[in-house]
Amino acid sequence: MTDDVTVPPTAPDGREPLTLINVREGMFGAPGDISGYDGLVRRIEMPGATDRPYGDWFDGVVDILEELLGDRAEQAIEYVVVDRGELTLYIAREHLLEVAQHLRDDQDLRFEMCLGVSGVHYPAETGRELHAVYPMQSITHNRRLRLEVAVSDADPHIPSIVSVYPMNNWHERETWDFFGIIFDGHPSLARIEMPDDWVGHPQRKDYPLGGIPVEFKGAEVPSPDTRRQYR
Amino acid sequence: MGIEESAPPFLLGTVEGLLGWARSGSLWPATFGLACCAIEMMATGTPRFDIARIGQEVFRGSPRQADLMIVAGRVSNKMAPIVRQVYDQMPEPKWVLAMGVCASSGGMFNNYAIVPGVDHIVPVDIYLPGCPPRPEMLINALLELHTQIQNTPLGANRREIAAAAEAAALKATPTSDMMGLLR
Amino acid sequence: MTAEDTFHAMGAFTDDPEAAEYTAYGSDWSEIADEATRLAQQRIVVNMGPQHPSTHGVLRVMLEIEGETVTETRAGIGYLHTGIEKNMEFRTWTQGVTFCTRMDYVASMSQEAVYCLAVEKLLGITDDVPERANVLRVLMLELTRIGSHLVAVGTGGNELGATTVMTEAFVGREDTFRIIEMISGLRTNNAYIRPGGVVVDAPAGTVEYIRKLIPQIRERLDHLVDLQLENPIFKLRLKNVANLNLAGAMALGITGPMLRSAGLPYDVRKAEPYCGYETYDFQIPTSTDADAYSRVVLRLEECYESLKIVAQCADRLEQLEGQPVMVADKKIAWPAQLALGPDGQGNSLDHIRHIMGESMEALIHHFKLVTEGFKVPAGQVYTAIEGPKGLLGCHLVSDGGTKPWRAHFRDPGFNNLQSLGILTEGGQIADVVVSIATIDMVLGGVDR
Repeated sequence: MTDDVTVPPTAPDGREPLTLINVREGMFGAPGDISGYDGLVRRIEMPGATDRPYGDWFDGVVDILEELLGDRAEQAIEYVVVDRGELTLYIAREHLLEVAQHLRDDQDLRFEMCLGVSGVHYPAETGRELHAVYPMQSITHNRRLRLEVAVSDADPHIPSIVSVYPMNNWHERETWDFFGIIFDGHPSLARIEMPDDWVGHPQRKDYPLGGIPVEFKGAEVPSPDTRRQYR
Repeated sequence: MGIEESAPPFLLGTVEGLLGWARSGSLWPATFGLACCAIEMMATGTPRFDIARIGQEVFRGSPRQADLMIVAGRVSNKMAPIVRQVYDQMPEPKWVLAMGVCASSGGMFNNYAIVPGVDHIVPVDIYLPGCPPRPEMLINALLELHTQIQNTPLGANRREIAAAAEAAALKATPTSDMMGLLR
Repeated sequence: MTAEDTFHAMGAFTDDPEAAEYTAYGSDWSEIADEATRLAQQRIVVNMGPQHPSTHGVLRVMLEIEGETVTETRAGIGYLHTGIEKNMEFRTWTQGVTFCTRMDYVASMSQEAVYCLAVEKLLGITDDVPERANVLRVLMLELTRIGSHLVAVGTGGNELGATTVMTEAFVGREDTFRIIEMISGLRTNNAYIRPGGVVVDAPAGTVEYIRKLIPQIRERLDHLVDLQLENPIFKLRLKNVANLNLAGAMALGITGPMLRSAGLPYDVRKAEPYCGYETYDFQIPTSTDADAYSRVVLRLEECYESLKIVAQCADRLEQLEGQPVMVADKKIAWPAQLALGPDGQGNSLDHIRHIMGESMEALIHHFKLVTEGFKVPAGQVYTAIEGPKGLLGCHLVSDGGTKPWRAHFRDPGFNNLQSLGILTEGGQIADVVVSIATIDMVLGGVDR
């Protein structure tokens, strides 16, 4: 049963499969669960791709971007999600630099600021585990959107957009430091927060929290990532 | 070494008192503010709380001129060697005050990045809990440290007391074996 | 020929403008020339290490200098990295507030606010947060802004060697702490703003107290203005130092007072208002000088604007007396009520009587919310607020559970610190201290 649930299913009628965040087994996420809820298996997915019309100003922006990308638009923009009033574009990594260039330079898009890179690790989504999220801010048009690039653990390379957005320099270093995503073309991809000789990438889900058990009088409570807790 | 090593017991009491008074009268802290506790430590130096009244407003930038290292804030693994280096650069006699729960025990951050208590790196004389401790609490800890320094034994007395303390610590029950006590 | 005569290479003997000129006294000429050439090519690297009274925290700056001029600057950070973002993945949504508040510890409630706004956006209850809670949030945010700017200006002055500036600034800050402590119970790292509203209402007498203290804070700000802005030494050290024009600021994604000093009046409070900011009357001070002096002026002017907002908040608190401060949905609203007990702290006995004796649902809600926490539907959001140092962003990913899947904060100090190279290279070593002070980053936010 465990083998079945870790493979993302192909969606019916050819739509994009959903990002599988997590498969939760059991209620408390720790061994020794005798509550009877230990057989529970829950698949949690992100909100799926949205169909047109997206609403608000989102249609206009996606139209302009598709026009600028021309015949590469199909491969570049994997799918579009509109959720909670925010626009997310899933971009294929080969086209990321071009998309970033258009977003910054076109006068109707004019997203001058890239607010950094946020890495997210979805170990359950085999083949697309590491996501890099780039929030883009337009001061001229006063709006914000998000680019998301997904790569696999086996090949964690994403082209660096520092040539278009120099402000991303340290943010990409931080994402490399914490997730192991290698940004090709970055001027100096080195560790920034962890000591230079640190082994491992701490914010990945397979990296332990690293805490020590807390000693009380007559008891010992394990560290937060290993003890029983609601999920 | 000095008079404190070779003095006969009846004289030692007076020397201890005099030396303790001199040492505790004007402790100079080294600037070792790391995080939130550093802001409260700076606030302690400002007029509302004013540690100048106990002689300690001169935070020395150079550890070579300092007596007291107030480790104020969380010590990350990257910062740990520097804490030790600064401590080593201070001349004797020196004291360490672990300010805040992060310096005392790692605080709320039980993870890969924080050293769980600066006493893993340097010997600590006073632990001050709080997140962050109010400036009044810091002044209380400093006055407590003054009392401790005032009553520091010297010479033969010191060796006796140190041996007794070590023997007691070796015989003591570890915390997790203390059953049946909530406090 | 006297002993004072020196030997020069005469201009006629060399046409090469690059040729170096050495002055020699005794000894073998070729040896001296070799040593002089070697020393001229030697790079001196000075380490302003993590423990330094003037680096504004645990920042390591590696300066390559030539005489008094800095030729290259590199900043080393990470000495305060606490793993807060990873810690938040193992704590409930409400407990996350206590973690994120300790990032930028000088302006702690800014982080709480951006995180809670993000959680509320994920829950979809942004419009359900009561008005009184929003007023209290704005009050706290503006008091924190004043506190942060006072620390920036105060420690900046201290690092230049003027300790009086620091004592003046911190005394002004103590007044903001008096108000904050009266309402939330703590001076700093408050965990006051929580998803759904604020944790406890302002006690009786708050409005009068705020009105009493506002003139005192304004007087402190006046002192700082009088002390610094016309001081000739201050002007010499800060005018035309740490210049960053608008093109440079846009390239580096600078936000906050640094961007506004370059001429662009961008403030998230006006551009994308949150917590009801569109209903308050305040200005955005801007300058075009783009140097350290104008940034100090801007920060002090922003403090005056924040005091205006604080006065408006006090008026609204008076009008909204008795309104709730937490969202109405009992399955999200933080249940515990606190009151001042005989030992200075403790649970409100009314609340305990209610949950133990009067309402079973209240007891269940209290228990479930405190032990398990509420569940947030899966998805991701990005919220941004105008923190005192710039645009503070929060990227929050939920996996439908009681704990965040990922919380990432875009700290303005982390971003703005990238400009340290541009600000300092080519200048003097003493200007490095001014540049660091003018960026106004807090290493807790930079390192998280």
